[in-house]
Order: sequence, then C-alpha cells, then structure tokens
Amino acid sequence: MESIQRTIQLRLKPTRHDGEGQRVAEAAQRHLGLRTGRVQSTALYTVRYPLTDEQLHSFATRCLQDPVLHDVALDEFRPIDSIYKSYILVAKLPGVTDDEGISAQNALGDFLNQPLDTHTQHIFSKRLYFLEHELPAQDLRRLAEELLGNKMINRFETGPLSELRDYTPRPGGGADAITELVPLVGLTDEELVKLSKDNLYALNLEEMRAVRDHYATIAAEREDAGLPADPTDCELEIIAQTWSEHCKHKEFSAVINYKDAATGETKQIDSLFKTYIRNATAEVDRQLRQNGNDWLIKVFSDNAGAVRINPESLFVWKVETHNSPSAIDPYGGAITGILGNNRDPLATGIGGARLLFNTNVLCFGNPEFSGELLTNQLHPRRIFEGVRKGIEDGGNKSGVPTVNGSIVFDDRYAGKPLVYCGTGAVMPMQLAGQDSWEKKIDPQDRIIMAGGRVGKDGIHGATFSSIELDETSPATAVQIGSPITQKLAMDFLIIATRRGLIKCSTDNGAGGLSSSVGELATISGGAVVELEKVPLKYSGLRPWEIFVSESQERFSLAVEPARLDELLALGREMEVELTDIGYFTADGYLDVRFAGEAVAKLDMHFLHDGVPRKVLEAELAPVAAQEPTLPAETDYTDTLRRLLGSLNICSRESVIRQYDHEVKGRTVVKPLMGATGQAPQDAAVVRFNFESWEGVAVSNGILPRYGDLDAYQMSAGSFDEAVRQIIAVGGKLPNLTPGDGTFWSVNDNFCVPDSVYDPATNPDGKHKLAKLVQMCEALRDATAAYCIPLTSGKDSMKNDFKADGVKISVPPTVLYSMTAKMDDVRRAMTSDFKQQDDVVYLIGETYDELGGSEFYALHGELGANVPQVRFDKAKELYTLVGEANDQHLIQSCHDLSDGGLAVALAEATFGYGFGADVELTGELSLTAQLFSESHSRFVATVAPEDVVAFEALLKGRATRLGTVTGNGRLTVRHAGQVVVDADVAELRDVWSNGPVNKVIGLDLDAVRNANEGSTSGLG
Amino acid sequence: MVQALILTGFGINCEEEFAAAYRLAGAEPTIVHLNQVLHGEVSIHDFDILNFPGGFSFGDDLGSGVVLANKLRYRKNAEGRTLLDDIRQFIAEGKFVLGICNGFQVLVKLGLLPDLAGNVTPEVTLTHNASGRYEDRWVRLKVNPAANTPFLKGMDTLEVPVRHGEGRLIISDEATREHIVQRGLNVLTYCDASGCEVSAYPHNPNGADLNCAGLTDTTGQVFGLMPHPEAYLSLYNHPEWTRRKRQDPTLSEEGDGLRIFRNIVEHVQQHATQLHVEAASAS
Repeated sequence: MESIQRTIQLRLKPTRHDGEGQRVAEAAQRHLGLRTGRVQSTALYTVRYPLTDEQLHSFATRCLQDPVLHDVALDEFRPIDSIYKSYILVAKLPGVTDDEGISAQNALGDFLNQPLDTHTQHIFSKRLYFLEHELPAQDLRRLAEELLGNKMINRFETGPLSELRDYTPRPGGGADAITELVPLVGLTDEELVKLSKDNLYALNLEEMRAVRDHYATIAAEREDAGLPADPTDCELEIIAQTWSEHCKHKEFSAVINYKDAATGETKQIDSLFKTYIRNATAEVDRQLRQNGNDWLIKVFSDNAGAVRINPESLFVWKVETHNSPSAIDPYGGAITGILGNNRDPLATGIGGARLLFNTNVLCFGNPEFSGELLTNQLHPRRIFEGVRKGIEDGGNKSGVPTVNGSIVFDDRYAGKPLVYCGTGAVMPMQLAGQDSWEKKIDPQDRIIMAGGRVGKDGIHGATFSSIELDETSPATAVQIGSPITQKLAMDFLIIATRRGLIKCSTDNGAGGLSSSVGELATISGGAVVELEKVPLKYSGLRPWEIFVSESQERFSLAVEPARLDELLALGREMEVELTDIGYFTADGYLDVRFAGEAVAKLDMHFLHDGVPRKVLEAELAPVAAQEPTLPAETDYTDTLRRLLGSLNICSRESVIRQYDHEVKGRTVVKPLMGATGQAPQDAAVVRFNFESWEGVAVSNGILPRYGDLDAYQMSAGSFDEAVRQIIAVGGKLPNLTPGDGTFWSVNDNFCVPDSVYDPATNPDGKHKLAKLVQMCEALRDATAAYCIPLTSGKDSMKNDFKADGVKISVPPTVLYSMTAKMDDVRRAMTSDFKQQDDVVYLIGETYDELGGSEFYALHGELGANVPQVRFDKAKELYTLVGEANDQHLIQSCHDLSDGGLAVALAEATFGYGFGADVELTGELSLTAQLFSESHSRFVATVAPEDVVAFEALLKGRATRLGTVTGNGRLTVRHAGQVVVDADVAELRDVWSNGPVNKVIGLDLDAVRNANEGSTSGLG
Repeated sequence: MVQALILTGFGINCEEEFAAAYRLAGAEPTIVHLNQVLHGEVSIHDFDILNFPGGFSFGDDLGSGVVLANKLRYRKNAEGRTLLDDIRQFIAEGKFVLGICNGFQVLVKLGLLPDLAGNVTPEVTLTHNASGRYEDRWVRLKVNPAANTPFLKGMDTLEVPVRHGEGRLIISDEATREHIVQRGLNVLTYCDASGCEVSAYPHNPNGADLNCAGLTDTTGQVFGLMPHPEAYLSLYNHPEWTRRKRQDPTLSEEGDGLRIFRNIVEHVQQHATQLHVEAASAS
C-alpha cells in the first residue's frame, strides 16, 4: 500500500549561527576553490507513514524541532530568506543505512505510542543546502560529490533554486529468489578466467580448474542426491569467498622458491605463516612455559588472540585493516573497519568480552597533494578527513576510547590508504561455568543471527579486497556502519553470555553468513541454513546475495535448543533482533536452502581444504644505495624547526582531540599530556578496572620508508619501535623472571603491493615477494630475541590502485601492534620534562644511521645506512630501564624515533615549557648525533639525588647530556659551540602549526569569533 | 545504604565509571537497562539518586539526547504513565537526579533543567560546539558561589575533561538568562588556570552562553553538566598526574570528580539520618 509522502524541514532560526553552512562555504573555498557565498544548511525528514496534518505538525514541532534553534516548514523546501540562488540536496541511495531516519522513526513510534512496523523504513533523512551564488551545474556537482557526500552512497540533486527536485529512495525491486546454475564442465581456461573476473570470484585459473574438476568428480553423487551436477551460483560464491586471499591467506600459506640475487643463496619456504609466525610463537610459548609463564591461552585460531591477565580474566586483542573500502568510501570504510574489528574480540570464544580501547594506525598520501587525480581516485586530504571522521564515530559512539595511534604519510599511499584498527577487550576466564575462550558446538544447536539486517551492501567485500582496485570497483562493496545498532548488540552479548545462553559466537564480517556459519560449522561438522528466515532490509535479494552479504553489525550465535526461548526473550527486552536461521549438523555438508529448495550443498572438506596451494617465486634484487654528500649544515636550529614542522613529525592534535580517549575512565597515559596538553606520548596505558592497578600498555611500530633500503631492517625496526614505546612508558619485557605473568600480546599486519610475479603486469613481483620474506624473517628473529609471542594478525596482499594506465602501489608495510601487562599503572612514565635541574640522559647507543631518516628526507635524499636492530643489546638495555623504573630512578622517558635525538629533546619540552641545556660529546658527526634514527634509544631525566644510583645501574649504557632548565630554551652545545638554541614555546608552535593541523585543524579565528556570540556568566 | 540507579542501553556508554564513582563514594550503584524501567520491571522510586550517564543515546542522530528525552516524555507504560511523570514525582519527593554529558542533554531537552517555570518545558538548549567539532580536552570549572545544590557543596573549582560535540548552552532570551543568573542556577562556569571566568576558546570549549558548563533546577536536586567528573575518579586520570605526583608524593590518589559523588551520597545519608532522628523524636 502506498502512503502519501510528507516532508518536514528544520531550519535554523535567523538569529542562530549556522556553523555547518559556514563550514561548507569555507571548505568549498579552501579545498575546491569555489565561491559559494553564504550557505544555509537544513535538515529534511521525508515521512511515508499515514499521519494527519495535526499529527505531522505535532511530531515535527514536539519531537524533531528544537524550539530554541529551529523553525519548521512542512512540505516546503525553502531557504530562510531570498538571497539564495542554488541548492544541493543530499539523499541516500536505496538500501544505504539511514540511522537518522531510523531514529526519527523511533521517535514517531514513541510519540504515537504505537509499535511501528520496523520492517519498513518510514522516515528518510536528507540534507538540503542553499547557496547564495548561482553556481554552474558542474561546480554544484563537485561540491556535492567531493564535500557533502559520496556518489557511492548518496544521491544528489543540484541546480538553480527555482528548479528544486526532491529525491527519496525506494528500496526493493530487483531480482527474485532465484538460484541459477553456473556450468563449469567443458569451459576452456580462458572461459574459466573470464567467468572468475566477470563474477568477481577473484579465483585464478588453477583454482577455477580445481572447482571445475571437483564438480566433474562428484557429478554422479550429486545427481543421486537430487542436486544439479553443475554448481549453483551460491555454491561458487561460497567457494570464492572461502578461498579468497582475505579469508584463506593463500600467499602466506604458499610454497615460495626464494633466491638472493646478490649471494646466489636459494631456499624453499613452506608457508610464511607456518615458518615465521606460528612456529616462532610456538617456540616462544615453549620458553615461556618452561619458566612458569603460562599466560598464552589462544593464538591464531579464533577471531582474536587471548592471554591471561590473572586467574579471573583474559585480555583479548585484535588488529585488522580495512584498506580497500576506505579507498572508495573513506568514512564508511573506516567506521566499518572499527566496528568490524570490535566484533572480533566481542566474538572470541563464547563471546561477550567488554571492549577496553581502540587504537588506529593510518597511512595516507600527502594531504596537500596538488596534482591531477586518476579516475575514481579520491584526494588524499579527503580520504584523511573521511577516515578520521569514521574513526571518531566508530569509537566515540560505541563508548570505546581511542587511546592512541599513528599517521604515516607517503605519496605511495595515495591510491590505497592503509587503515589499521585495533581493539583490546577483557573477558572473564569463566562464563556461566565454561571456559570463555573455547568454542563448542553440538549437532542440533541452533544458528541465531543477531544484530542488523541484510541488504545488498558489502556484497563481495572479501573477494574485492583480495584484488587490486581499479576505476570499475563495485558500489555494492561499500558498507555503512551503524554504531548504535552494534552497541545494542554488544550490550546484549555481555548479558546473554553471562547467563550462559550462548554456546559460542562469531562475527559476520567478510563473507557474511557464508563465512561465519561456514567456519562455525567446522566445529560440529556441518550446518543447515534456511535463508528465507534471514531478515532483510528490503526485498529482492537473491539467495546467494543473502548468504554472502556483508551488511554490518551482525553476529552468528550457536545456541542450545533448550536455551533458545530465554535468549529470544532477552533479545526482545534489549531490542536486538534475533533470528533462528537453521541448525548445526555433523554430516560434513554446508547445506543452504531457501524455502526448502536446495541453494547450496557443499562438502566441508573440499570447501575448507580443497584450495590448491600456490607456488610463488621470490628473488631479492640488490638495492643500489649510497650515502649522500650534503652541503655543510649551517643552522641546526633551523633544521630542527623544519623537522618539527614536517608532515611525518608535526603534531596530530587536531585529529587526536576529536577522538574520545578517556571514556570508561581508565586511561592513565593519554596520547597528549602535560600542562599544555601537547606533550606527545609513546604508548598508551589503560587500567583494566577500578578495583586494581593492573593495566595494559599499548603501542604501534611502523616504519615503511626504511623498506626502500632494507626490508629486513624495516620489519625489525618496526618491531623494536613498538617494544621500546612500551618500555618507555614503564612496561617490562616478558619472561624476565619465573612466573612473572607479564603477558605480551602482539598482532602483525602485513600490507604489501601485489607480490605475485607476472612478466607483463607485475615484472618486479619476485623482488616484492622477496621483501615480504625478509620482513617475515625479521619478525621471527624479533619474537625469538625478546621472547614476545604473536597472538593474531592479518595480511592484505593487493594494495595497488590502477587507473588510466597508472598503478600506485603501497610500499611494503608491516605494523606491529603490541600490548603488555603492567602490574601497577601508577609506575607509568611519561615523556615530558618535569622539573628544573633534573639530569638529562641519552639511553642507548647512536650509530651513523641516517639512511631513510627524516633528516635525509628533508634534503630529498634516502641515503644507505639504514638503522639496524641489535637485539641482544636492546634486550639487555630494556631490562635495565625496567629495573631503573622499579627503583623510582626515572622521572621522564621518551623513545627516539623520527627525527632522532633533536626531535625527541624538543618534544620532551612540550608538556610544561621547561628547557634543556645539553652537550653532545660523541665521536660521530654532529648531524648523526642529532638526527640519526638508530633504534633502541630513549631520552630520560633523572632527579639530581638519583644520579649516582642511576649511573651505577645503567653501567655505561646511559650518556649524561645535561640538565633541564627553567629558562624555556633548548640549547645544544658541541665542541664548545652552541649548535641549537631555540625558545621551546616557539618550537612547540612550529610543531603545532604543522601541515596536519593546518589542513584539517580548526580555523582558530573563526572559532574565537563564534565563541564571541556567547554571553558572560559570573561577570 | 544510599541507592543510585544508573540507566543504560541504547547507546549510553559511561555507566561503568558512573557505577565506580558511586561505589567509591560509599553508595550502592545499580545499572539498569532503560527498557526495564520503561516496562515497569524496575521502579525508580526504590532509589535515592537517578542517573543519566553520557554516551550517544540512540546515536544522537536527531540532536543529542532528543530521542531519549522523547521516549521519556511520550512512551506510556501499562498504567498510562510516562517515565517523565515518575521523575517529576521522584523530584517532588526530595530525591536527586544527575545527568552528565548526554545525560545533561536529555535533562535539558526534557525541560527538567533549568525548569524555571516548573512545567518541564524546554527553556534552553545544548547544541553544536562553536568549533563545529567533537573535542576531548581537560577544562577548569569554577563553582558559582550562589549555587544551591548539595552536589557541589564545599567546592570552588574543579578540573575535568569535556568530551562532546554538542555542549554549547544556548539560552533563548534575556529574561531566561537573567532568571538563571539571579537564582544561581548556572552552577559551573568555564574558567582559566587562575579561576577567572573565560569565554575564549579553548577555556570555554564550546562557546556556551554564560560560559556555563552545568545547570541545576530551582530546587538544586536536579543537576546536569557537560564535563565528565566520573572520568576523574583517580589522580591517574589527570594529564599532569606524573608531574604532580613528583612535586608532592603524598598527593591524594583521588580525583576531583569523585567529590561530587561523595557530596551527594553524604547528603542523602545525612538526610536519611535526620529523618530517622525526626521520626524517632516524633514517636
């Protein structure tokens, strides 16, 4: 039945400041060079629900209107006065998540005291902008697409005000519940490859042949069982997503023939994952257990890794990437990245962990890029801003603090950005008498889908992220997150698991139900799914689409039949939609039906183990690199200023402050601290609860630019960076003493360009793969050296963007995300100088290692001497620093990284404005002493009365540099000369006004003007 | 024991630290899903203090706190009563209501703050910060000497984090503003390090009228504020804790924020004792 369509418009009263309109006008000018004149923003709610005029008016004025702020207009689309000449309407495309519309619908239900049929969307939210100037059509279009929305998810109407057109989505239509057959037998190789490409299976020829041959061998068997001999569309989709690189990690499991061109050395590697990751951690675990440290509970086998905090609770930790979606829709990609990653710890073991914190590491192209963009390539600034907003909403609206992170800029991330999302959580060891980390399922247990509904969003996400992006990448791969829907599901899981209503849970992420049910079914040995029961956002999905859709905020739960009623009642109480969609079996088949008709019936063994193993070639080509000859440095103070103001070193405050880093009230070391609130910290420290002082330190190590010189040292250095950040805040290495219980839980995330050799399309593929091998070798060596285990991780293998015949590939990148237990968070150290006359030390050794440094980058050079990690010396040093902190000998500690000693000294002054007077006496060149980025070093301060004890303990590993001063100047002397002399407030200013805060920071004058509008209180 | 009811669900997300605050202050906190109250399984009348924590109720999609306020105002239970009816009765009985951040927004949109007219009609609003952004930063607040609420008894300044995008208090007209000031309902004011009221960003982080961070109603029983005292229960929450502890190793490990909770819990306790004494002397 079609009900009449009504529209409510909310406009700010003329006396109210239209901040959004003003921002649109400013951004149009700043980023697009378009002069809009004044912009007025209004909100539209289109209501398709039978309401009387009186009801509509009351609903608008009593529920939607803020009487202090808004005027209301019904069924009108007009600006507040007549100066406006153009308009832009931003609506959502059919089926795109519309939380604002749903909220309004919720309010309408409350207002009418009627339960509204939630299966239909009755209210649609839109934004309508009026522009003072009459802009040409293409400019309005640009403004709409580049500033106000995204054509993948929004529908725009634009033009002169006199020709205003409305648009309201009409979801639905499309195909029926049809399952088609896709014959494979008899297809040629070319046809198989074409089929895979056309249907976005992302399977290669050998894999397609394996599928074809499998169906040929079981043809008779299938016909006996009443099934068609040919595969169904759903079966091929299930195989494609199960076998996707994203889900199966085929390249990390491949056989690799490796050759070092320089030495002639060859070897065969039987799976990178097995050799360098799983086996390395198994060895670490053996050493830990030998020493009474048995806290490693679950590694690599569930959605997240789990370690024991104490006899009562587990710490659960997962880091993942969401790169491809973020390239196409930065906001949607990042928010679903966060929410999706949140679901991993939430659905580990039985499920129901409490989330403790988020962390994010982002890699972007230069946000000030001013060249031509390729077809469908988004501007790096826009990706940056969209991703940042996605992280803001994903974390803040879920009530999970974003405790730290990192942003790396490099032009090679301008095609595909890297968006790493990490989440830590705490789970009781026991839930209703069961071991919380175990997943148990018996035949006949019900399959319950919980959370959001299924639409066409996110179809093919798993396969799509396993191929390169190009200008034709599909719109259906984009998803929009709804943090509120997930928050409800999260609250529900916490209660349901504690009542023992759930046997185990898993996340519906990549691959949707196909993946979640497919994986859970391996526990019992099979499953029957009845797809007609799956609640849909709208009609018209084909069965295979329902099964592989990646619509967000969903969990799959295994529930004992006897507990089902209680579970469903709890779901109703907490307003979380639960649907019984089938049951687990033990017959060895994944059996998918729609209204009784067979949609897919797949042998589980073939599905999970039938993928042919890849054999890949790796060959390390020698890197030609040499140290540059630079003009003699004349002004080190100026060099320091330029470093502090450079893209990769400057302040990220404008980003950090938009993330809630202290909800839950447990963040002890925040990203920025000190009286100024501007002293950058090395790692975050978070308490587990309010009853004890136990907590966890969280750090991230990522150094992609060193990979241009030496992939092994890049990976080793990234690992060391993350370790030393944790040491810098007062953490300790694991396994130092028997049974010390100091858990470490590390996730590795490899993001590399396509590393499969192809003479035509990827001629240097062998070299890239060799770099990946080196990165993995370094990882193995680092875990062994520090006795630090990996607990989970991920690899993303095709980070390339191709358009207009150009390919932009990311540099091989690895992120190590580390967490370590701190017995007493009150022993945490921060980076900032705290008191005059404290003695400043450099801890650790500096080498002539300017290769790949920010200092060289300033001069447009790469150099050759990449920093090396000397694991044994580093481990010894970290142990000493921990002992010094135990003895209360350290007042501040800051790790050295980008920009070396000079930058670290400057940053340590940012918290309180103390200066420092230091003298460099080492034998290295002054440039190397100031700017070399040698690993495993810290700047620390020691109270005068502790100097003797500190020096005795550090046994020559700490070099006394000078003292903290009260004069607010950073002075560095060398060979009797003052070589750096700067006001620390001025250095902080340069750092704060660097490109990051300039590009996306506040326009302080505008804010001050807007604040002026407020009135004074106490007088 | 003093009983504190802490509402949660639908996107509220500061309930755990709220509960910790009451526990540390010596009260017994109970976290309850809003539907349990709306469906009549839990009665607010069994409690002394009703609490609306921060978060993003219903995603804040229609403006902060709007959908939740709407639910409390219009959704009727089996007896045909709204939760707002119950809350008004709760206040009339001399009990206390606290809303922080999103909870403050709910109380304002419900018309419970400042409620000059006593008829729960919204008189002021909280809207987008002048900066147009969500911000997490620490601010300093001055307590209005004219404040008349047990929540702030004996306090003159406090430091707390703000974490909001819609914390700008807008007072629609001059008369309302004067009433609020006259009766000292603008109980918390953004100030600088020396305790002087400041309108400049970022001291006043959102551009609020009267530089106001918190309001009470005319009884002083209903209190709402944008900053988060429940996020400063421990010294170790403060961005300067490492230096302060260095300067004074004997420094208390409690945060400023806890004082508000201690105040109200002690007030309810004393009040109960007083009633007990009165009842005893009357018998």
